Amino acid sequence: MFPWLTALIAWPLVGAALVGLSALGLSRTGPASAGVGLARPIALLFSLVEVGLLVGAFIAFDTGAAAEHQLAETYRWIPQIGTSYAVGVDGVGLLLVALSVVLVPLVLLAAWTEQGRDEVRLRRFVGLVLLLQAFMVAVFCARDVFLFYVLFEAMLIPAYFLIGGFGQGAGRRKAAVKFLMFSLGGGLIMLAAVVSLYFLGIAAGIDRSQVFLVDELAAVDLGTTAERLMFVGFFIAFAIKAPMVPVHSWLPDVAGNATPGTSTLLICVLDKVGTFGMLTLCLPLFPEASRWAAPLVIALAVISVLYGAIMAIMQTDLLRLVGWTSVSHFGFIILGIFTFTPLGTAGSSFMMLNHGLATGALFLVAGFLVSRHPEKSQKIADYSGLRSVTPVLAGTFLVAGLATLSLPGLATFVSEIMVLVGAFGGSPAGSAGWAVAAVPGVVLAAVYVLLTYQKIFTGAPAAGLEALPDLRLRERVVAAPLVVGLLVLGLVPGLALTYVDAPAEQSVALTSVDEPADDAAQTGSDN
Amino acid sequence: MNDVIGLAPWLVGFPLIGAAILLLGGKATDRWGHWLGVLASAASAVIGFILMFRMIGTPAEERSIDHHLWTWLSAGGLDVDLGLRLDPLSLTFVMLVTFVGTLIHVYSVAYMDHDPHRRRFFGYLNLFVAAMLTLVLADSYLLLFVGWEGVGLASYLLIGFWDTGRPSARENAVAAKKAFVMNRIGDMGLIAAMALLFAGTGALDFGTTLSDDAVGSLSEATATAIGLCLLLAACGKSAQFPLQAWLGDAMAGPTPVSALIHAATMVTAGVYLMVRSGPILEAAPTAQLVVVIVGAVTLLFGAVVGTAKDDIKKALAASTMSQIGYMMLAAGLGPAGYAFAIFHLLTHGFFKAGLFLGAGSVMHAMGDQTDMRRFGGLSRFLPITWITMGLGWLAILGIPPFSGFWSKDGIIEAAFMPVEGQPWRAWVFGSVAVLGAAITAFYMTRLFFMTFGGRRPRWTENQHPHESSPLMWWPLVFLGVGSAALGAVLGIGGTFVTWLEPVVGHAEHHEPVLPVPVIITTTLVVVVLGALLAFRMYAVALVPEEAPRGSVLTRAARRDLYQDTANETLVLKPAHGVARLVQVGDRDVVDRGWSVLPQAVSWFGAVFRKAQSGYVRSYAAGMAGGVLVIAVVVWLVVGLGGAQ
Repeated sequence: MFPWLTALIAWPLVGAALVGLSALGLSRTGPASAGVGLARPIALLFSLVEVGLLVGAFIAFDTGAAAEHQLAETYRWIPQIGTSYAVGVDGVGLLLVALSVVLVPLVLLAAWTEQGRDEVRLRRFVGLVLLLQAFMVAVFCARDVFLFYVLFEAMLIPAYFLIGGFGQGAGRRKAAVKFLMFSLGGGLIMLAAVVSLYFLGIAAGIDRSQVFLVDELAAVDLGTTAERLMFVGFFIAFAIKAPMVPVHSWLPDVAGNATPGTSTLLICVLDKVGTFGMLTLCLPLFPEASRWAAPLVIALAVISVLYGAIMAIMQTDLLRLVGWTSVSHFGFIILGIFTFTPLGTAGSSFMMLNHGLATGALFLVAGFLVSRHPEKSQKIADYSGLRSVTPVLAGTFLVAGLATLSLPGLATFVSEIMVLVGAFGGSPAGSAGWAVAAVPGVVLAAVYVLLTYQKIFTGAPAAGLEALPDLRLRERVVAAPLVVGLLVLGLVPGLALTYVDAPAEQSVALTSVDEPADDAAQTGSDN
Repeated sequence: MNDVIGLAPWLVGFPLIGAAILLLGGKATDRWGHWLGVLASAASAVIGFILMFRMIGTPAEERSIDHHLWTWLSAGGLDVDLGLRLDPLSLTFVMLVTFVGTLIHVYSVAYMDHDPHRRRFFGYLNLFVAAMLTLVLADSYLLLFVGWEGVGLASYLLIGFWDTGRPSARENAVAAKKAFVMNRIGDMGLIAAMALLFAGTGALDFGTTLSDDAVGSLSEATATAIGLCLLLAACGKSAQFPLQAWLGDAMAGPTPVSALIHAATMVTAGVYLMVRSGPILEAAPTAQLVVVIVGAVTLLFGAVVGTAKDDIKKALAASTMSQIGYMMLAAGLGPAGYAFAIFHLLTHGFFKAGLFLGAGSVMHAMGDQTDMRRFGGLSRFLPITWITMGLGWLAILGIPPFSGFWSKDGIIEAAFMPVEGQPWRAWVFGSVAVLGAAITAFYMTRLFFMTFGGRRPRWTENQHPHESSPLMWWPLVFLGVGSAALGAVLGIGGTFVTWLEPVVGHAEHHEPVLPVPVIITTTLVVVVLGALLAFRMYAVALVPEEAPRGSVLTRAARRDLYQDTANETLVLKPAHGVARLVQVGDRDVVDRGWSVLPQAVSWFGAVFRKAQSGYVRSYAAGMAGGVLVIAVVVWLVVGLGGAQ
């Protein structure tokens, strides 16, 4: 069988190498050298072929067995420390791979003219984007804890350079360091848990050379205290990435300073590693501990929903605002995962995809708006009355905003209502109450979206902005697939739910509280 | 029926396609876009007529059809189809929405003639019709919610239609946002109701959730909670107390919008929700009582506010709120009230749309003036508008045989029905309904004579009022005829009540606490008294051009009984305080807290360096320290695991 996942991981790496190598040559010989201006088309071509590979993977994937990890490949990597190159995706992983693959060409296209004529910067930018894509695809496919960990940390490198090296914010270097510090801090805690898993896995009798395989480790009973400690290690790292209150502090700084394209990749895709990890590592590896921690996690999730929304309302910087809305949305995703219902979990998985489309659209359109301002201002107060000047831009912004506030009819609504209705019937203590407490989030979302729209697009046009150009063809091509995707998935969500329903049933089964019976059965057979 | 059921999706489909073409087509559709909009709405109306006549020809027990389109959401134990429910209730709405909607489309062709963005206006109107039909045709709460927020979006877009390029642009935009946000506060109720319904019945479609089995399996507490949550949603959409404050501001939209959305159709969706959810409310007497109270409070609130407004549109908006209060009150009375709630909704749809369009015609003639103190003596100049609005005026007063009499009288009688164990209810709510009728007579007569009557015009300079074009007055004539005759046609012999019976059930006949003739006579007497008082004050006496200071009550009513002040003080200020607190907390506690961490680390590092010394060595020491920490943690974790 064709190794679809490896191909999906390797292809952008090849692209990054190609563009990156030529960038090295360029910096020595100066801008007059051959191949000038080819970096962007080459990168775009690579990212489009990647979409083709994705289609192949979707065709090869059997939706009838969406809960199983398919397209799997397992090779020994460093048997001395028990790690393998093991990849495979269930339905949720496949959708997140799809998100990483689909957003990259759009980001490249959106940033087409962003780096001006500086060929070196341009090549560096597209090279880093492709490198980041390879890591992101890989991390959603990893079925080996150590491989996952390595990728989890490796992603930071391109992300760090993308935040710190590009964009116009004065604080971008500081933001990059802050991002790195938070991520490394979380990674360090996780590393301790990963190493512990190694020893406990061996102690439980797993073959030493492939002790990190998730499927093997999931079967091990780790013992209550150890399991809880390791859960905490993984969870903190994931919560930082997600980001969840109170470990979210890096996010608004990044959103406010990075380019909109970087923010899209970072917040719409890379951060999903946090919630994806909770779903596909925390629950299977530490089911009892997940149950144990659920009441606190749910509480923090709902606090994130409200806190993020309130902070979004209070922002004066457009891109920071979009960043904060994500804190709110990630809260919903975590709420759905940790209330352990098939409906809520499926909703969360679906929401990981939808949030990527909706927030991606909002970041990119906000970027288009900022790029038009004579001073590239991100301050909301510097805009006014633009609906009459740039009607198509205004309409697109509104649609992206409506998707962000989960307007019924759009995909985001389906996932949000699944999470809320599901969470209401969740098994952890207090689920219903917390679900109800999260509902005002929908009102706050209406406020932060419509207030922003009102300030930027209504009233009299601000001085100096009366003649801004409307969305260009290239920009419409970027926005259109996202809007169409949100509409289609809103009307026919079954297209995506086929992939997440069975995995959701399975995750919930992992955490259901019928273990005493299992134990009794095991004891019986042991005797 | 089955041979025409395939047409049903096109009820939504035509206006939706119309909206898509008009909104995506851009300037290319400017020349003919408005006619496309009219056509799309008219096509829906034609389909509505066909379905309606076929349903009349169907035996009563077969008049509820669920038309499955496709599986919408199927995951995690929840299965919701995308499907339409056709029954007498939904078809009544279809007729109202498409017929009145099409008239208003036609009217708008002329009314918006000079607006450079007329095409966009028609795009939004079509979008509204599609969403409203989705709302009433949905066969599940989830799909209803799509229409529910869809009409909210259309309303938002149309209230804020003039949100750039004129002095009031920002105000209009704020009004639009206020409407959407207050509606969302109500929508929380619908979301919570769905959560409760799914937890209680495992489904969200009407077929399952409203069945006797499902409702019977709910505890009374759950049913009450669901009922109250649905009521919250209804309050938002229908501008009922305490979520009424957005409706007056919504008059910032073009007048046809006020007629269609904020009078005839969208704002009555809350009543539809209550009647549709009847089986749940009947299982929750407490929730029913709250529905009745909300209706009663709102009907008085709106009526009182209506007496003091000088802006013709705002006076009509207050009146709408009050009339929906009547419907809501009826919807809380159980099967005896449902049919009259919907009947009044239907007649109100006609006469209020007529009154609003008439107001638009007056504004058109008076250079967009809305202040009734600057009208007067217009009957000679706008005869058609005058007569059609006169019919609407008689209808809303409830003078027999005009439409409003048949429906409103039914509600008042139902309000006087005795409730077992609570004898006070019939007297309290019956009296409120009669009192409301008297105040209604006062403010509507005031409006009518301030506009058309009076001994001398109070116009601003350079006014040359003239009757509007046929495109505008023909719809007025249709609605005028409806205001005059619809009630009698459907009311005599209980035709309409029988028509709805398959949906709302048969109501056991009870005698009101007062004999029916006494109720009717009393109501008519107070209505005539109210009208006479207004006639004396605003037709016989001279109306000052500047509003007099007025009594305390007048001043309060002018300011909508201080609704905005109350919301400001009780909700917005505290909410803003909380938001400030979160903001400061995030900056000074959370963010600063994290920035202390690296400082602490470097402080330890500094202490360590003093002992050691040397650059490379300190890095090595740092790494060694890190490894040591991890090793200790791992040792602890593994040790604890092994100890199990």
